[in-house]
Amino acid sequence: MIEAPAEEPRGRERTGGVRVESVRRTFDTKNGPVAALDGMSLRAGPDEIVTVVGPSGCGKTTLLELICGLQRPDQGVLESAPAALMPQRDLLLPWLGALDNAALALRARGIPRTQAQAQARPWLERFGLHEFAHTRPAELSGGMRQRVSFLRSLLAGKPVLALDEPFAALDALTRAEMQSWLAHTLQEEPRTVVLVTHDVEEAVVLGDRVVVMSPRPGRAVADIAVPLPRPRRRTDPELTALREHVYRALGVPE
Amino acid sequence: MRRALSWWRAAILLLALLGIWELYVDAGGADSLILPAPHSVAASLYDDRSLLWSNFLVTAEEILLGIIVAAAGALLTASLMHFFLTVRRASLPLLIASQTIPIPMIAPVLVLWLGFGLVPKVVVVALVSFFSIVVTTLAAFAGVDPDLIKLMRTFDASRWRTFRHVELPAALPGVFTGTKIAVIVAVIGAVFAEWAGANAGLGYLFEQSIPQLLTARAYATVVILSLFAIALFAVLNLAERLTLPWAHRPIGDSFR
Repeated sequence: MIEAPAEEPRGRERTGGVRVESVRRTFDTKNGPVAALDGMSLRAGPDEIVTVVGPSGCGKTTLLELICGLQRPDQGVLESAPAALMPQRDLLLPWLGALDNAALALRARGIPRTQAQAQARPWLERFGLHEFAHTRPAELSGGMRQRVSFLRSLLAGKPVLALDEPFAALDALTRAEMQSWLAHTLQEEPRTVVLVTHDVEEAVVLGDRVVVMSPRPGRAVADIAVPLPRPRRRTDPELTALREHVYRALGVPE
Repeated sequence: MRRALSWWRAAILLLALLGIWELYVDAGGADSLILPAPHSVAASLYDDRSLLWSNFLVTAEEILLGIIVAAAGALLTASLMHFFLTVRRASLPLLIASQTIPIPMIAPVLVLWLGFGLVPKVVVVALVSFFSIVVTTLAAFAGVDPDLIKLMRTFDASRWRTFRHVELPAALPGVFTGTKIAVIVAVIGAVFAEWAGANAGLGYLFEQSIPQLLTARAYATVVILSLFAIALFAVLNLAERLTLPWAHRPIGDSFR
């Protein structure tokens, strides 16, 4: 667990936990029902960052959609404070500048444009994007787009953020930068985070806990605490050891 | 990113074809009353310019109003079809079936009903233009990323706000695409509508010119209508680039 923040962030209810208990979720396909998740359990306490790693197709995205209330479990218990999704692809609207894209989460709730912009603008500055307020996504770099996308989900004002492989589409260098940026941002602006990823290093660098999932049907096979202070260094021997631990839990020979 | 079209080869080919045509008529291959040489068509374009111009204005008004009515109607129809599954299920078969109606036959019936004025022409132009715009607009609606809709749901957006902020802007390029396709048939529709009953317009002028053996003038009306369709297409292209500049940029490429 990270230390409790010195001051309460504004405009946000502090209720936010996630409890997933023995959840089963199946999909009907041409070849009969296929279970994406079976016996999946996961907990995230308020302002805790839980990263989830697992092989491709282990139901990670399904898990996030369950947490966000976009799907219902067939079996088991799912309790979550209101959650906003941050999709893998940035999914920014190509006709809007960075400011209006970030403000979309506010406009979705019916806040008028000027007011939504006024609320989003200071955040854009904090995220180092104020020069690009009116720049359309096609002219932003991949890292900038992910920052706008993250800001958009943050401005939804939900206590829980469900991040779906947020940096998977970035090149390795940008990805490392964005991971450090996200860790820093979440220290200043704590949220309950469930982040799914393929990237073991990302999981260990960012998470308070790393939940390892089995191949489909997905369930948690390990829950590994990362009791390291932040900011974390990738070369820290303790971090490397934890990374190996996660690889072993995934069944990948080191 | 934009590939420049090379026009000069096409221009040379066109000149060559016109040259063959000119030589053929000049050499007596055809009576110039039946097949006018390009130079007589050009002469008619100049000599009859005030007559052609006043009739052009009539036809241009029919086409422009018809296309505007069709585009607005198509955007509304496609929106309703996208919004309400029942509307889509009810209207899509009828829309497709409506394309089997032969416009040359529906035009006189409409003239009978709506009179000789502007209205039946606008209706015919709108009818022939409507379908392609509905289809491309529906396709643009269907092309909206489903993950974007999910995202809006986690932001507590109502169905209407998702439509207004995400789906409607995404559908506008589809309206342009369909309208560009429609321009070509709109001109044909206007000519048929004028043939069904009119006292002005380039289609009307064409029809009057043939029995008077003013074939050069008849050809001149054809040239003007073709050029008008091309000009409309170009104007729509320009308007799209100015109003929706983002529509011509690659979307979602995160590797730059």
